Amino acid sequence: MPSPAGVGGGIAASTVRVAPTLLKRGRPRFADRIFGTSVSVMGGIVLVVIVGMVVFLVLEGLPAMQHYGFFSFITASRWTPSTAFPNVSHPNPYGILQFIYGTMLTSIIGMIIAVPLAVGAALVITEVAPQRVKGPLSGLVDLLAAVPSVVYGFWGIFALIPAIKPVVDFLTTTLGTVPVIGVAFQGPFFGVSYFSAGLVLAIMILPIIAAVCREVFRSTPRNEKEAALALGATRWEMIRIAVLPRARSGIVGASLLGLGRALGETIAVTMVIGNAVLHINGSIFSQGATMSSVIANEFTEATEPFHLSALFVVGFWLLIVALVVNIVARLVVHRGVAL
Amino acid sequence: MIVKIEARLNRDRPVWRRAAGVRAVLTLMIGGTVLAACGSTSPATSAPSATPTPVCTGTTANPGYSNGLATVSGQATTLSGAGSTFVAPMMSVWTKAYATANSVQVAYQSVGSGAGIAQLQANTVDFGDSDAFMKDSDIAKAKGPVVQIPLVQAPVVVAYNLPGVASGLKLDGDTIGKIFSGGITVWNDPAIKALNPAITLPSTPIAVAHRSDGSGTTAIFTDFMTQTSPAWVTALGGSTTSVGKTVAWPVGIGGKGNEGVSAVISQTPGGIGYIELDYAIAQHQTYADVKNKAGNFVEPCEQTAANATVGITSYPSDLRVDIVNQSSNAQAYPITGLTWALVYQNQTKAATAAALVNFFSWVLTKGQDLTGSVNYTPLGPTLQALCIAQLKKITVNGTPVSP
Amino acid sequence: MTQLAVRTPGFRNRPALRRRRAKSAVLVGLLIAAVVVAVGVLAWVLVYVAIQGVGALNLGFLTQTPPGNPAAAGGGFYNGIVGSLIIVGIAALIGIPLGIGAAIYLVEYGRGRLADTIRFFNDVLIGVPTIVTGAFIYAIWVTRFGFSGFAGSLALAIVMLPLVTRTTEEMLRLVPNELREGSLALGATRSQTVMRVCIPTALPGIITGAMLAVARAMGETAPLLLTALGNDLFTEYNPAKRMSTLSLQIFDNAVTGFQEGQGRAWAGALTLIAIVLIFTFVARFFGRRVRTSNA
Repeated sequence: MPSPAGVGGGIAASTVRVAPTLLKRGRPRFADRIFGTSVSVMGGIVLVVIVGMVVFLVLEGLPAMQHYGFFSFITASRWTPSTAFPNVSHPNPYGILQFIYGTMLTSIIGMIIAVPLAVGAALVITEVAPQRVKGPLSGLVDLLAAVPSVVYGFWGIFALIPAIKPVVDFLTTTLGTVPVIGVAFQGPFFGVSYFSAGLVLAIMILPIIAAVCREVFRSTPRNEKEAALALGATRWEMIRIAVLPRARSGIVGASLLGLGRALGETIAVTMVIGNAVLHINGSIFSQGATMSSVIANEFTEATEPFHLSALFVVGFWLLIVALVVNIVARLVVHRGVAL
Repeated sequence: MIVKIEARLNRDRPVWRRAAGVRAVLTLMIGGTVLAACGSTSPATSAPSATPTPVCTGTTANPGYSNGLATVSGQATTLSGAGSTFVAPMMSVWTKAYATANSVQVAYQSVGSGAGIAQLQANTVDFGDSDAFMKDSDIAKAKGPVVQIPLVQAPVVVAYNLPGVASGLKLDGDTIGKIFSGGITVWNDPAIKALNPAITLPSTPIAVAHRSDGSGTTAIFTDFMTQTSPAWVTALGGSTTSVGKTVAWPVGIGGKGNEGVSAVISQTPGGIGYIELDYAIAQHQTYADVKNKAGNFVEPCEQTAANATVGITSYPSDLRVDIVNQSSNAQAYPITGLTWALVYQNQTKAATAAALVNFFSWVLTKGQDLTGSVNYTPLGPTLQALCIAQLKKITVNGTPVSP
Repeated sequence: MTQLAVRTPGFRNRPALRRRRAKSAVLVGLLIAAVVVAVGVLAWVLVYVAIQGVGALNLGFLTQTPPGNPAAAGGGFYNGIVGSLIIVGIAALIGIPLGIGAAIYLVEYGRGRLADTIRFFNDVLIGVPTIVTGAFIYAIWVTRFGFSGFAGSLALAIVMLPLVTRTTEEMLRLVPNELREGSLALGATRSQTVMRVCIPTALPGIITGAMLAVARAMGETAPLLLTALGNDLFTEYNPAKRMSTLSLQIFDNAVTGFQEGQGRAWAGALTLIAIVLIFTFVARFFGRRVRTSNA
């Protein structure tokens, strides 16, 4: 959405000649300088917060990292705080690989379901829906983002899981028995699982991806769409020819933004993933844990040696992953569309 | 051995007579020793009889303790506490009643015993609560010496979700240990059938539910299994790692808090887990009769939990006592635990110290009368008196709060 | 590749045209199915919460605290509602002015790489997991001062700040340059221009952004777990003490095993959704008025 005020900087560069009488009044200038400085400080707060977060997480996680070694967190395979002793530094009882796995797996399941639905919804809103329906429809999709995550978790336990149980039981008995890939689909299914968490995440990230895709599709030049239609393209062909090719990087950026949100979601995931922290479980229908769910669960009770520090290490990695994904997403979206 | 005798006797007897004979003999033997014990609040164990009256019926009389400390003036109007989910329903009743009676709001957050200890160590709360007392290593991490005061007793029940099987499934320590370590995986396993010959068990797989957070309830339960199940100890790699607030559960679904485990059991056919009695009753869950030290299968309830301290005559001076599976009382429920309030001995704020002493003094006296409403068990008189004495150790800047 | 659908000799390829049209219809139908699924899930969530919650929702629910015995029926989430309003209110008092100030900097004063970097990281801050924000506030505040409603407000202020900055920045950019130049030409200082001309012009949009941020903060639970901790039974008006919020109470009661507690949690969820939706709708309504009047 190009802004009429121009991109970047506003009117910072313009100078104005002021009447000589006004120049004598020192007070407005002084107040002006105070205003300018305080506003600049406020602008810098965002940087301070982000840098402060990274710094504090590193500082708090440093004891564990120094005791066990930086990479041992990723190479150790089990999270067993009860086997931690202050004078033992190998093996590292705080292996976080299963949390990274859980975060990735649930986010990927969420993306696989949400991205096609979101792109489809955005296309309908921009290209297919009649004019009167566009506004309410996009408002409804945005409403999904307004529902608090604790409500999604609550609903997930009592409504979603019983509803998908028959389907998943069917999948475990069919796909679960296939020789090689069957390991990933094995039962028994107890309701809480990576898959359930992935489903809830899909619902939660759908409105974000749809909103960004909507802006991306809306910025397609009308000429190209009209040209395609004039040449006799059907509606789908017009979308395929004129809208989608330009939007490719925008869709990727939108998906990455959704991924960033999925990575950080805590409460809804904690309620439906089962919180099995010991090691990676092979089946997507088994319980697991994510980086954010283990922090939420164990943070207030970390009494074992280096337990709290190890949780800060998890938090540090979570922040880094979320920052990287969001930065890449922003870069991709900025290049794809002038937002 | 007693099981075999029972089984043999039961072959020809009508149901209502089964095992009555063996139990009668045992009750006669143990009843005599029980009469010599002190500190029991349950009337059911006092008279031996041929057909013992059911222990878990009716309500027990309120202990009516009146040895509370004089109210200390200048107390704060709010207190902040956190800890065990095991005691949460009881603490909820206590804090509400205390607020109505004394206008002091005690905010207690049920986050797990591990969290209670951690927050006390970090000094972010005024008091903690844990069903596993603080070890010396825990106290070393705190900001000063800690006074640990038992508040109430309650049983940890083994609840299960087996449609068609009523409450009262008999389980012993070793079988429980095998179930929770993954040695027994289906309900109609021969080991379970041997203990319950009269019940038809389905072939449903067993879904173990355990705590995912640091839990005093886990400590109580794993303490019992460590004492009675060699299979459990082996599976967990030795008796130092097979007991504690967190253990490396070989199988099972993790639930957060007593409520989480209770929810997992309810929602999973074939589920089995360990929770405090009130949670099981509130959820209308079925739970097992567990074999105690005397060899009886005992139903968990207020009375049998009270019997768990029968026979314990001396308590350590800091009240860090293990009462799990200690009593040889015939009707003692073995998996009974205490819950300790954790308070810094050297308080720095007079108002907070006064509020703490007043609150816990009330809990140990009038509060003990409220335990029945949520299926908890009041402390016995010996222990209760020792607890009141513990309160006197709390000081403010050197001076005892309640001399 | 496209065929001209006019009366040419190729017109005899009507079956091909029909095939293309059929394919388009099918695929567009799939797209519409996607929207139907999205909207359907939303309806499912809202209807389910409404059905579960309406039974326990009554005037008593909004004015009473929960009962002492968790298995007892009745009571309500008054303390959570009060706590939410106070904690989010304080967070708004911190986050909204800071966000507006940052946006003013970015639009009126900032230039070049620094402003771009700040804008970029502001957008990135929106994506930081809120549990990490909670852990950060725990490390710098709770360990020193204990759990309190104010610590929760700090965490929520960090959540609200980038949202307010972004929407305020967009709204300030919509203010025509002519207005600014005219104001300066009349002799006003930069700060007077901003405060007396730009902000009032952009005010409806700024309010929209602020309300959306407030709606988001009301729904947050994760950062409050580590900062406010919760106060399930009592109403606390002092933010220096522990407070509950509606989201925390729903979470605590949702996972409890007591049926009555869960019933209260559903009613609480219904209340929370209603509050958030009201804020969102009003914000959108304001926002639409802005676009039609300024665009």
